[in-house]
Amino acid sequence: MPDSVTLSVNGTAITVPVGAMVPTAVAIAGVSQYRRSVSGEPRGPLCGMGICFECRVIIDGRAHCRSCQVVCQPGMEVLTDG
Amino acid sequence: MADRDYDVVVVGAGPAGLAAACRAAECGRMVAMLDDNPHPGGQIWRAAAGKSPNAAARWVQAAERLGVEWIAGARVFDAPEPQRLAVEMVDEECHVRYRSLILATGARERFLPFPGWTLPNAMGAGGLQALAKSGMPVAGKKIVIAGSGPLLLAVARYMRSHDADVCLIAEQADQSKLLRFVLRLAGHPAKLIQALTLRAGLLGVPYITSCWPVSAQGGERLQSVTLRRGDGTTWTESCDYLACGFGLVPNLELAALLGCRTSKAGVPVDEYQQTSVAGVYSAGEATGIGGLELSLMEGEIAGYAAGGSPDRAQAHFGARESHRRFAAALEEAFALRQELRNLPQPGTLVCRCEDVTMERVRACAGWREAKLHTRCGMGPCQGRICGGAVEFLLGWQSESVRPPILPVRVRSMTE
Repeated sequence: MPDSVTLSVNGTAITVPVGAMVPTAVAIAGVSQYRRSVSGEPRGPLCGMGICFECRVIIDGRAHCRSCQVVCQPGMEVLTDG
Repeated sequence: MADRDYDVVVVGAGPAGLAAACRAAECGRMVAMLDDNPHPGGQIWRAAAGKSPNAAARWVQAAERLGVEWIAGARVFDAPEPQRLAVEMVDEECHVRYRSLILATGARERFLPFPGWTLPNAMGAGGLQALAKSGMPVAGKKIVIAGSGPLLLAVARYMRSHDADVCLIAEQADQSKLLRFVLRLAGHPAKLIQALTLRAGLLGVPYITSCWPVSAQGGERLQSVTLRRGDGTTWTESCDYLACGFGLVPNLELAALLGCRTSKAGVPVDEYQQTSVAGVYSAGEATGIGGLELSLMEGEIAGYAAGGSPDRAQAHFGARESHRRFAAALEEAFALRQELRNLPQPGTLVCRCEDVTMERVRACAGWREAKLHTRCGMGPCQGRICGGAVEFLLGWQSESVRPPILPVRVRSMTE
């Protein structure tokens, strides 16, 4: 079993350890803004545990995924600032 | 929609949920354990359960051995009829039936709004730790840890052990209150005073009491945090992350939906951890913030009681009492100071989902008016974040819970 997985964040290939959650890949990609608020402010994760909805991203075309509760999978496509 | 049927269903797979599930299964019951996270262990044991040997791994392995059915990524969003829960998973929905239910839904951090708290990289203390535990690299990052409670020390230690540069820990509580707490509990106060006040110092990290953040600065992301001491002096620290939480608040939404009596401190339970609704039990932080040992103890009692072995539950009553006394002393020591009510400025956002400012919320008479007039608490988190703040800042209690208690797919509602 490989010990790392490669996925893409905003089109850039990112490699993370197996079992890492999506914010790991987003951080390695150098991205801190996950989404824009209703008045256009940049936002990133707050609670880290699926409560606050601030870490919402688009994963494989599905909007509003709470990235802090999603494990990175090979080939996964993550889009921020949705 | 598929139906699943169990004797005992446990919602939440942290320490309380794991202990409850194991004990109920030991009593010969068919048990299912649900959690919205991909792995069991809850926040405190996040990512630890895979690394044996430790307590987390032992409980997870025991649950497997005892035949507890583990349902991962499961979000309970409705209770459409008695003894039935509607659950959304990653790619499907199901109904889960139970004869007894154990709510081990845990707690979340209390966040208080101050200018700049919404900037990316300004996070919860537990929030940053959760992300670091799930793989986010923190080595070499400058981190300011602030807020209140023993969690701040645990986060500092974790960050240091992962080579982060922890600038300081700002604890809002007074030194004198913390010392009184230690003196009350300790037979050897001198040693314990050292343990508490120097624990972080021994690691080379300043632990500053009577100190709290007043603003965070940055553009697209956090760049610095301004802190204030009790004597009124302020200074600014540059940093990559702010890890800031003002204690914990219990997750009560599901208990309220089921009609259980709740208070702001948690779900009231009887000596067998049963709520005001027969057959519905609660254990762990959901019943009041008490820490790991108390959560395990309450989980065991709830599991035995729900499993039909009240005599085995009784054996743990004494130990639970002593842990509860400790929890009460802890709560008193880390009570939030009144000055923190002045943290938000008129233009500071209180509701991050709907971007509602403090002045707009404060102009309302209560929750109902705030929701109707400003949409405060009406966004995706449904008031889970601003609720704890508004309770402290304005004294408002959240009034009602309506299904779905979480945003779900339309398909989950219609099938």
